[in-house]
Amino acid sequence: MPRHWAWPGVLVCCVAVVWVLDWRLALMAAVWLVAWGINAILAKGVEGARVLVPVIFGLTLLALWEMAVALYAISPVILPAPTAIAAAFAANIPTLWADFVQTILKGALVGYVIGCGAAFGAALAIDRSAFLQRGLLPVGNFLAALPIVGTAPILVLWFGFGPQSKAAVVVAMVFFPMLVNAVAGLKASEAMQRDLMHTYAATYWQSLLKLRLPTALPFLFNGLKICTTLALIGAIVAEFFGSPTVGMGFRIKIEVGRLAMDMVWAEITVAAIAGSGFYGLMALAERYLTFWHPSQRR
Amino acid sequence: MLSEAGVASHPPCAFCMAMRRITGAVLPVLVVVGVIVAIWYLGAIQMNRAWTLDTAQRQGVELTAAEIRADAMAQERPVLPAPHQVVREIWATTVGEPLLIERRNALSPNPRNLLFHAYQTLAPTLLGFVIGTLAGMALAIAIIHNRAMDMSVMPWAIASQTIPILAIAPIVIVVLNAMGLTGLVPKSLISAYLSFFPVVVGMVKGLRSPRDMDMDLLRTYSASRPQVLWKLRLPASVPFLFTSLKVAVAAALVGTIVAELPTGARFGLGARLLSGSYYGQTIQIWSALFMAAICAGLLVGLLGLIERITLRRMGLAA
Amino acid sequence: MLNTSVISARSLDLTFQTNDGPVQALSDVTLDIRKGEFISFIGPSGCGKTTFLRVIAALEQPTGGQVTVNGMTPDEARRARAYGYVFQAAGLYPWRTIEKNIKLPLEIMGFSAAEQEKRVRNVLQLVDLQGFGKKYPWQLSGGMQQRASIARALAFDADILLMDEPFGALDEIVRDRLNEELLRLWARTEKTIGFVTHSIPEAVYLSTKIVVMSPRPGRITDIIESDLPRERPLEIRDTPEFLALAHRVREGLKAGHAYDE
Repeated sequence: MPRHWAWPGVLVCCVAVVWVLDWRLALMAAVWLVAWGINAILAKGVEGARVLVPVIFGLTLLALWEMAVALYAISPVILPAPTAIAAAFAANIPTLWADFVQTILKGALVGYVIGCGAAFGAALAIDRSAFLQRGLLPVGNFLAALPIVGTAPILVLWFGFGPQSKAAVVVAMVFFPMLVNAVAGLKASEAMQRDLMHTYAATYWQSLLKLRLPTALPFLFNGLKICTTLALIGAIVAEFFGSPTVGMGFRIKIEVGRLAMDMVWAEITVAAIAGSGFYGLMALAERYLTFWHPSQRR
Repeated sequence: MLSEAGVASHPPCAFCMAMRRITGAVLPVLVVVGVIVAIWYLGAIQMNRAWTLDTAQRQGVELTAAEIRADAMAQERPVLPAPHQVVREIWATTVGEPLLIERRNALSPNPRNLLFHAYQTLAPTLLGFVIGTLAGMALAIAIIHNRAMDMSVMPWAIASQTIPILAIAPIVIVVLNAMGLTGLVPKSLISAYLSFFPVVVGMVKGLRSPRDMDMDLLRTYSASRPQVLWKLRLPASVPFLFTSLKVAVAAALVGTIVAELPTGARFGLGARLLSGSYYGQTIQIWSALFMAAICAGLLVGLLGLIERITLRRMGLAA
Repeated sequence: MLNTSVISARSLDLTFQTNDGPVQALSDVTLDIRKGEFISFIGPSGCGKTTFLRVIAALEQPTGGQVTVNGMTPDEARRARAYGYVFQAAGLYPWRTIEKNIKLPLEIMGFSAAEQEKRVRNVLQLVDLQGFGKKYPWQLSGGMQQRASIARALAFDADILLMDEPFGALDEIVRDRLNEELLRLWARTEKTIGFVTHSIPEAVYLSTKIVVMSPRPGRITDIIESDLPRERPLEIRDTPEFLALAHRVREGLKAGHAYDE
């Protein structure tokens, strides 16, 4: 098909034109086009393309980043190269680990568990009162959309510089989104199923445990997954407002002050890994516990 | 023991039923808000009384319970400001201050007016939101038409939502400032980035939402891809788009506020939060927070209103 | 020998308050259902047949008149677990296997584990689903899911079975088969069955008594005693007696303006 051969020809011409303008940009464009071509071929239906294609895409972006920094001699103060970041990462593992424990484990995780647990408890508590639900849901939806992270300075004022204030910020951030999802989940059982329970003369608790909680699980997991990101954000941003001399937010703040951007990016890498890892764990738990839901069976 | 015969009363009139529906929806919200305000007042008294008692002790004065309560609700730097203190502060800094002042023989915005700071935050938020939304929609359209782009970009789009981008917003500002970009542009970039991914993910879901049956019908008309896009996919994606827009605008606002933080910004709601926390002006912190909350509520509410009107005109009213 | 009345309704009234004003779903319904009968309720939408079944099951409260089930109020009968209910959709829990789904009422009612096992095995055999106990509902066809739903309603040995258009969502061939199976089940277990349907042949084929209802307001138009023999192969649907009954049902529906727009 002549059309297929036209494309590479056009692209080569484009690269040539760009070369005349700026040879470095042309080099990067060439690398990009080659990688894209590979991906286009793989996407047509090669085994394992589902994993290969996004990985190649990501690696290409990293390669272009590296090339840009090298070719344009970008100052490491503005944007360090991926290799520099990797070096900083490897050289500072103890510090990074201590920061991780302080921010993620003591701050984000503690707040996440308390906040999501309290939200679920609150949803159960107002479950029996339609009046309270009608009142709380609009208020909860409103509060869930607010910049709760702005309460960070207030909570640091109240709870001090330690991880408790960070956990408090996380609790404030995850509570309302989780509450909204939990209430929606508890309402989700169909009228027909509740009627069936009625014909069995089931008690409130029997109906809750056997029908309404399993039905609520997809909604609960939706909330739990959203809250993983919120927890991380809350813990890190809260540290901008005051923290002891350890913690990811703290480290980012002072390293930015010292213009040691490679260390900053190393911390960001830790945050990225922590964030996607936490989310991935929740997604795995979801797949295990809600195997029966149509969205998981696809 | 048998079922009693019940007598049906006269059917309620339309007005009564409308009133019942309104009170059924509004009354619970008012009750809940009222309870929250009451708990807040109690909390304020509880948390501020320590300072009141301390000062009284140092002055060697005995205070009655009523005097303690009154003082707890009227301190200058309370641990927890009472609601009326916050409201008064907001009123004083919005309506009580002129919007424009004379400076160097020209009219310029008054930095003591909270609305000025709100504008400093809202402007980059909205600019970035619009840019992010348009870019997100464009990318979504590209993703569903090109398989390679779909397989490369979508996993990263979804993964990026799990990375706490918000936490690095301040760094981006610092870097861009070092490169010479200050003011509106860096903050807009942050808010654009934060709006971008929810819109991409939501639009892709929406553009893919038409059923097989609908797509088959268009195939029997030999519709071209742009026609399918325009006549079927885009209309079907509108509900999904609005859901993402509400998430995106809230994220954009929070992003702009966070971006103002550790960079010593002087203007903007985040800057007010920061300066309030540096100087211990707790009432200022709360009023800035409330203004941010009002802005967020207005933005999401406005989008919700537009959504309802649009969906009703499209016959998709839920 | 007169059979005792198991379900008895006297001048039953039910008016719903809707956004468009009051709707009289049931008006002056008087009916006796005797033990061991298979009684079908047929009529167009809005004639109150489902509402009547739900009143018996204590899922709706009447606004006038009286109804007793086994001599008690419907709610007392519900708490005494006097009946099993089968809905239009199978309504099985996707997170439980078929076995565990059938055990659901048994768990709630407090049967021992050994007793549960025994009953599940018995009832799976009754509905011809042996070997499918460990499967999940989505792995079964619509007809099999509905059979499992019926098995669930039979598991705890209630004397009364209330079925609300259970085969409405299935195709005709599967429906025929399930009708046959239901009759066989009824013969073996000797329960009193209340059955709501849209289909005239189904009502005539299955029942000993057919109640024709019509809408606006929901009321009984005709009560037809069926004189067909209890042993009924599917071929009976082509006999003149069957067609005469079906004709009478259709006349009852017309009289109740079921065919008017």
